[in-house]
Amino acid sequence: MSDQDKKSHDSKVDEATGVETTGHSWDGIEELNNPLPRWWLWTLYASIIWAIGYTIAYPAWPMISGATTGVLGWSTRGEVAKDIAAHDAKNDGLVRELLAADLAGLAPEDDLHRYAVSRGGAVFRAQCSQCHGSGAAGAKGYPNLLDDDWLWGGDVENIALTVKHGIRNDTDDDARYSEMPAFGEMLDDDEVTDVVEYVVSLSSTDFDELVALKGKTVFADNCSSCHGANAEGDREIGAPDLGDAIWLYGGDRASLEHTVRYARFGVMPAWGQRLSDEDVRAVSIYVHSLGGGE
Amino acid sequence: MTTTPPPQLYAPREPIFPRRVTGVFRRFKWAILIFTLGIYYLMPWIRWDRGPHLPDQAVLVDIASRRFYFFWIEIWPHEFYFVAGLLIMAGLGLFLFTSALGRVWCGYACPQTVWTDLFILVERWIEGDRNARVRLHNAKWTARKWRLSITKWAAWLAISVATGGAWVFYFADAPTLLVDLFTFTAHPVAYGTVAFLTATTFVFGGFMREQICIYMCPWPRIQAAMMDSDTITVAYRDWRGEPRGKGNLRKRDRAAAEKAEREAQAAGPGQQARYKATPYPNAPIQLSSGSATIAAPVQEHGDCIDCMACVNVCPMGIDIRDGQQMECITCALCIDACDDVMAKIGKPRGLIDYLALSDEPAERAGEAPKSVWHHILRPRTILYTALWSLIGVGLVYALFIRSDIELTVSPVRNPTFVVQSDGSIRNIYDVRLRNKLGEDRLIHLGLTSEATLGMELQGRNGELDVLVPADTTILQRVYVTATPQSAAATEHSTDLRLWVEDALSGERAGRATSFNGREK
Repeated sequence: MSDQDKKSHDSKVDEATGVETTGHSWDGIEELNNPLPRWWLWTLYASIIWAIGYTIAYPAWPMISGATTGVLGWSTRGEVAKDIAAHDAKNDGLVRELLAADLAGLAPEDDLHRYAVSRGGAVFRAQCSQCHGSGAAGAKGYPNLLDDDWLWGGDVENIALTVKHGIRNDTDDDARYSEMPAFGEMLDDDEVTDVVEYVVSLSSTDFDELVALKGKTVFADNCSSCHGANAEGDREIGAPDLGDAIWLYGGDRASLEHTVRYARFGVMPAWGQRLSDEDVRAVSIYVHSLGGGE
Repeated sequence: MTTTPPPQLYAPREPIFPRRVTGVFRRFKWAILIFTLGIYYLMPWIRWDRGPHLPDQAVLVDIASRRFYFFWIEIWPHEFYFVAGLLIMAGLGLFLFTSALGRVWCGYACPQTVWTDLFILVERWIEGDRNARVRLHNAKWTARKWRLSITKWAAWLAISVATGGAWVFYFADAPTLLVDLFTFTAHPVAYGTVAFLTATTFVFGGFMREQICIYMCPWPRIQAAMMDSDTITVAYRDWRGEPRGKGNLRKRDRAAAEKAEREAQAAGPGQQARYKATPYPNAPIQLSSGSATIAAPVQEHGDCIDCMACVNVCPMGIDIRDGQQMECITCALCIDACDDVMAKIGKPRGLIDYLALSDEPAERAGEAPKSVWHHILRPRTILYTALWSLIGVGLVYALFIRSDIELTVSPVRNPTFVVQSDGSIRNIYDVRLRNKLGEDRLIHLGLTSEATLGMELQGRNGELDVLVPADTTILQRVYVTATPQSAAATEHSTDLRLWVEDALSGERAGRATSFNGREK
């Protein structure tokens, strides 16, 4: 096309703005031609080239079974693995200290104690909160770990032992084990009612004295061997203190009667088989730090 | 067959060669340039003693330790509302200045303007003024052109590196980082930041210049919403300048006018046509009766001699005489250029001037315009000023009531309370103790309540004093216990206040919270 042709093209100029039109017209509405700067176009081309390079370098194109992996071999999973590895490397010293430490001797202001509490908190929320609750307040049948009442001992070593081997499970030979008989087969109905009234009397002021007195004899004959002569419990065998204000399965008469007749058998897995030693130690320190630790 | 070529949808950048200009506004702009660049480059090097535990840099954004230091003020992350407040004030300040004085930010203080000004100055020192630069631009690539261009680019690059370099000093101890940068031991992020800002400064200041303002910056488009006809802005008094004309054109027209006058007089008094001067020549020429005999109307010229000085000095490459334009950053250099010319031809200054467009009718009629304050003081500027001051006063107040010892209390509500074996009720509180001082402090914790409540700190063996290290927040778990059957243990909720006291200064801070009992 010659220059002559270019000049001859009938570009119209809009009167109101003094701007040349593109020649496009829709129902008499004309499009003004305010040309973009050319470098703007270059940035478009540059970003197209960048995008092509990017899809070659990084995972991008969907295929039948998965996407292209990209020549750099980058993946989000790989990044996470790297982050975790870097994190583990950074904590390596603390982990070794934790494995060697005397758990009872850690003071709360120690860095190691702080590390154990935050690591243990993460373990607790992932592994323990399903039964004991995210706030460790427990539920019926699952002990509250915030209070000062411990079935198997509340110092950090005993907690660690419980976490590692569990309770009444059949997967760990060292699991803490005890079993309350179902007294419904051994006592008649009156005796059950009597002993329940006696247990109620230990922590309440609202009870029938005569019935409780009869129950006291039943208790001495059947229960005191495990729960103690004064119903103070025995941590060696996980027998609860029946005189305190804390009830794992409920302290009302109906719950107590159910417990006496059919017994209870709470089970906890042996976490030593699933968690690393450092995690067991960390979560034990965490539980100990919650407020009830002895 | 004739085909119409498609219109060009893309245009190359028109090179702009602003001419050197002198005058009031140019001097003011140089002063602002020196002031702002001085602050930018020197600020990180000012030292400020804060004691042995804290950095001694006056202005420091310490991202790693999450602290912002500004001379005597130290901002912690939870006090970020100060930064938010300052940003809101900056926004309102911009609204205020724009509605009162148009795009003064763009014309004087915007980094794009300041650095472009500096780059153009360097360009002029190396390549000469406008005419020399135009010649050089159009010349072939000779050894001289290469030498000048490379010198110019090297100077720009040096400024750019210094600009990018200065930025990172705000985020780390400047002297240490400077040594690290030159010994190649600084963090890669520092080098990356320097490289990025060097590149943007070099490209934006050297090559993009007005393209940034016209095509990339949203501000020129937003500003229209803040301006109205009372806004004082840079404008051309076309009622005084038009019709414009160069010197020889003026001579010719004046000769024609005189000739017409003579002819009219020769034709007799009855046929006389007289040009009657009006204060502003653009007003319609009034002719007395008998004008029909005048062949062509005669026009008096305005003050504009069409010397193009205003266009030649414009860094945006526009003609202010075309009226208000989005491209105009109101840098006022055209005012200086035009005033210079007006002085030379013996006309009053201000053909191009800061003026409010609402004054046009009055000025056309030869009346005095309203005063500057009359334009500036109007509801929207007063509102902006009021809001701006309100936030400013609020921030200053907040700054002065800050205490150096603070606590926050998060009651543990999972569970809401714990029953102990003796039947007492325990509530747990996570208390964060904050020592904002540059030295370790022994902080005493206390509890105030109408009910009888016992208090114990986790892991402190009955002590109620906690040593909080300098510039640190520590988490302390607090147990509050109500004995069995006491009021607090049986009621739904009991108010209490946890407080801290600095054992040394006696400074106190407290937080109200509540104690949950058994009652639902």
